Amino acid sequence: MAIDALEGTRQITEEARAQRHDQLVPTLNDFSQELTTLNLGPTHPATHGIFQNILQMDGERIVSGVPTIGYIHRAFEKLAERKPFYQITTLTDRMNYCSSPINNLGWHMTMEKFLSVSVPKRAQYIRVIMMELARISDHLICNSILGMDTGAFTGFLYLFQEREKIYEIYEEVCGARLTTNMGRVGGMERDLTPVAIEKLRKWLKEFPAVMREFEIMFNRNRIFMDRVVNVGPISAEKALNYGFTGPNLRAAGVDYDVRVMNPYSSYEDFEFDIPVGTKGDTYDRFIVRNEEIWQSLRIINQALENLPEGPFHADAPHFYLPPKEAVYKSMEALIYHFKIVMGEIDAPVGEVYHAVEGGNGELGYYLVSDGGRTPYRLHFRRPCFIYYQAYPEMAVGTTLSDAIVILSSMNVIAGELDA
Amino acid sequence: MAPETAPETAEAPAAAPTENQQVLALLHKLFGADSFTDVSEPYGLLTATTTREKIHGIIAGLQQDEELKFHFLTTLCGIHYPDQLNRELGVIYHLHSLVHNIRLRLKIFFPIADPVVPTLSDLYSAANWLERETYDFYGVIFSGHPNLIRILNVEDMDYHPMRKQYPVEDGTREDKTDLFFGR
Repeated sequence: MAIDALEGTRQITEEARAQRHDQLVPTLNDFSQELTTLNLGPTHPATHGIFQNILQMDGERIVSGVPTIGYIHRAFEKLAERKPFYQITTLTDRMNYCSSPINNLGWHMTMEKFLSVSVPKRAQYIRVIMMELARISDHLICNSILGMDTGAFTGFLYLFQEREKIYEIYEEVCGARLTTNMGRVGGMERDLTPVAIEKLRKWLKEFPAVMREFEIMFNRNRIFMDRVVNVGPISAEKALNYGFTGPNLRAAGVDYDVRVMNPYSSYEDFEFDIPVGTKGDTYDRFIVRNEEIWQSLRIINQALENLPEGPFHADAPHFYLPPKEAVYKSMEALIYHFKIVMGEIDAPVGEVYHAVEGGNGELGYYLVSDGGRTPYRLHFRRPCFIYYQAYPEMAVGTTLSDAIVILSSMNVIAGELDA
Repeated sequence: MAPETAPETAEAPAAAPTENQQVLALLHKLFGADSFTDVSEPYGLLTATTTREKIHGIIAGLQQDEELKFHFLTTLCGIHYPDQLNRELGVIYHLHSLVHNIRLRLKIFFPIADPVVPTLSDLYSAANWLERETYDFYGVIFSGHPNLIRILNVEDMDYHPMRKQYPVEDGTREDKTDLFFGR
């Protein structure tokens, strides 16, 4: 029996060998005309996420590229049609997992707009602080990884320490680090604790020095600039046509920022600048992100200094969970708790679009409700899904090493790309 | 079934309604008042329904219009209302004029048996993948699209999963039936 099986294997191998001998791989005689097909991805250390690009290479030059996406598609829009509104938060933070609080709070703001709940100032300011922290951590990852892709590992190591500290602040605010599930419809789930404020103040004091160090290392670094200046430029018209938003669009010279154009969560109270680039190349995107980190710090400082006193959530018992102690003692709290957890809140019939400035662009939620316990339709406007389609156009004509740098400067997050 | 009764919120800026009215008047002037039905302003966002025959012309006109300058396609997505006879499937476009900061939502509905609508990918490059996604999810055929294949799901999938006849969970399961709340 054992010998038979071995014999069978041998036969199969020999047949396969014979076949391959018959079918030589056809090649052109003129090697200068020959194109190579290169699979960049789906799992490749330099793509920082699971997506594939099938590249046609002429030597080191890219002739054409076809992106394939969807490797981690989890059907969030379909899942959202079955989940009660408050359970959708956990879907949102799995989209752009580098800045989950923005996704979470953006969804809560969509619900608040939809239910006409007004959130107290303190909660809005806490949200601003958390969202700007998330933006900083998002940009830190993007820029330090861009540095890593050009061969500078040190910046990455230094900045990841800082990201770690941001995650510790998240932990103090919501109990989680990566998929934060932060905030609730109507406010935050808890007030800023003294420990959180202390950690935040400590970080605000220490971080600028690290950031300056990072900028000294990169911003005018000859080797780095040679790798990124004039690499993957995109004009403002093209960027708009491709639906670019966020730092990528601003690097191309369009000063569109949702925080300024359609302020939400009291962004109109803060003073900050919108950095813009001129050429929309990789260097501009890098510099715009760095500058946005400084502006985010400005906003956090202002919000923390002017943090209003008062409640940290709206007085909206239909949507905001009562404190646990009250649930055990009071009938009303128990009823509300039960209704909210069972998803029995009274949602109006209607549709709403709400956009926030995410880590990499306009993150929009389009909600259609038929009055049921779940959305009738929920569409996420995922910024990097829309702008990633410009990648082939930006990469064609460049070398493979430039293509990697362009990809990394676009801040494509696989979770958001595939939703 | 189509939601139209959304209330105005306090958050919507006070100037928005008049601005929307101006945009609507311009729309009527440019494309004819009969092009738009079901005009409403849920949460301050001007919403109108038009037909698939006119949608390409309207959006091209809006993009090229010197006054309105809707240069930006925010997003487009599909929707499925199984109960609306001959208007089962829909595509919803969100446009944004960055110059004037006006958003506009346009909807079209068409029968599920004949889900062919013109593509916008010749106007906005951003529409390319969004339309592929809508095709993937709802089976809307965008005529004139350069590469209308599935984008997020596998190529050999033989149905369009976001249509309402496909529940998230197996419909034959009984252990999750909630007899008390009737769902």
